[in-house]
Amino acid sequence: MEKIEFNYPEAKRLITKKAHVGVVGSGDMEVLLEPNREEGAHVFIATSVNGFGNAWKAVFDRFFSKFDGAVCIYINDAGATPGSVLLRLEQAVEVIEQ
Amino acid sequence: MNAPTLIPDFVNRKSFIELSARARAQSLFDEGTWKELVGPFDHIESPWLAKQGIAPQSDDGCIVIKGKIGGSRAVAIAFEGAFQGGSVGEVSGAKMTAALDLATKDSEAGKPTAAVLLLETGGVRLQEANLGLAAVAEIISSALALRQYAPVITIVAGTVGCFGGMSLVAGLSSYTIMTREARLGLNGPEVIEQESGIDEFDSSDRALIWAIHGGEQRVGMGLADLLVEDDAGKIAAAVRDFVHKGVPEKHRSEQVELYRARIAALDTSSQIDPATLRQQWGNPKGGVR
Repeated sequence: MEKIEFNYPEAKRLITKKAHVGVVGSGDMEVLLEPNREEGAHVFIATSVNGFGNAWKAVFDRFFSKFDGAVCIYINDAGATPGSVLLRLEQAVEVIEQ
Repeated sequence: MNAPTLIPDFVNRKSFIELSARARAQSLFDEGTWKELVGPFDHIESPWLAKQGIAPQSDDGCIVIKGKIGGSRAVAIAFEGAFQGGSVGEVSGAKMTAALDLATKDSEAGKPTAAVLLLETGGVRLQEANLGLAAVAEIISSALALRQYAPVITIVAGTVGCFGGMSLVAGLSSYTIMTREARLGLNGPEVIEQESGIDEFDSSDRALIWAIHGGEQRVGMGLADLLVEDDAGKIAAAVRDFVHKGVPEKHRSEQVELYRARIAALDTSSQIDPATLRQQWGNPKGGVR
């Protein structure tokens, strides 16, 4: 298992809601999206598949090129593909912005 | 379309099996009455899985929801079959035990609180072996304490089914609800094949598995109480009925003499088949949806 963290200090928009989507089942993952008390966004990933740090970085760089909320994102991953990761993230954003 | 009568019922029904454990538990409660206890945002994860290279889950696969069912107090405890096969570890076991104990405490204080167990589980989580076994023992003693005051209702909907230590919990609950898709048994098919050989049990023979472990057979032979369709509305209605029915006069697991006599009376000179067992142990009303 690998733990990965990212920071996106530019994401400063105040968020008040929480979201929880997905399940840590094969090829899927769980996302918790919570407001960050400080400015900026933090990402904490626990993945059972090692060696894909660059792929995670690319997915989150893309995600935070559109999303600017000051959030903490916690991910427990059981081998979701980059496409599924982005879909789960978008689903979580849909929950907090509805 | 102009001919809505051509659309069969199953197209419009809301499947229960397709829901996540959390959504299943939520669907049982009266609207606006429920809240989740020790939810994912409390981040109480298994401390053991990460050490073994497995990603944990923020609710450890166990969802506890308290609220009202048909106006009566109830707590639902649901296992998420998609996470580690719905297995019971230290955290998920502690959550279930604590929820049952709180329901007992409330019931003793004159506020009867029924428990609904949604079991999609292979039993003890092998990665947390001893702690999981201890958890099953605790869950059983807590369920036994509660069932004196309020019904403990188990739902096995599928598709994981309910096996291992948790099948004991299903066995001592006040009422058990199953669908045709669900399976209930102490040892799972693969375990039986592994231990006793393919001649004893062929775990790739789905027809055989469902003829023995399936919901229709379990209700037919009286080891479960009600066979329902995979329909969220119908399952919620069945749970409401059992909550209102209250504690049964005698629990199935208290009928030791009855089952001893039944087992003694079985003719083992030839292979007993599921249909015969259903006739002999017969639950005359059960077995057919």
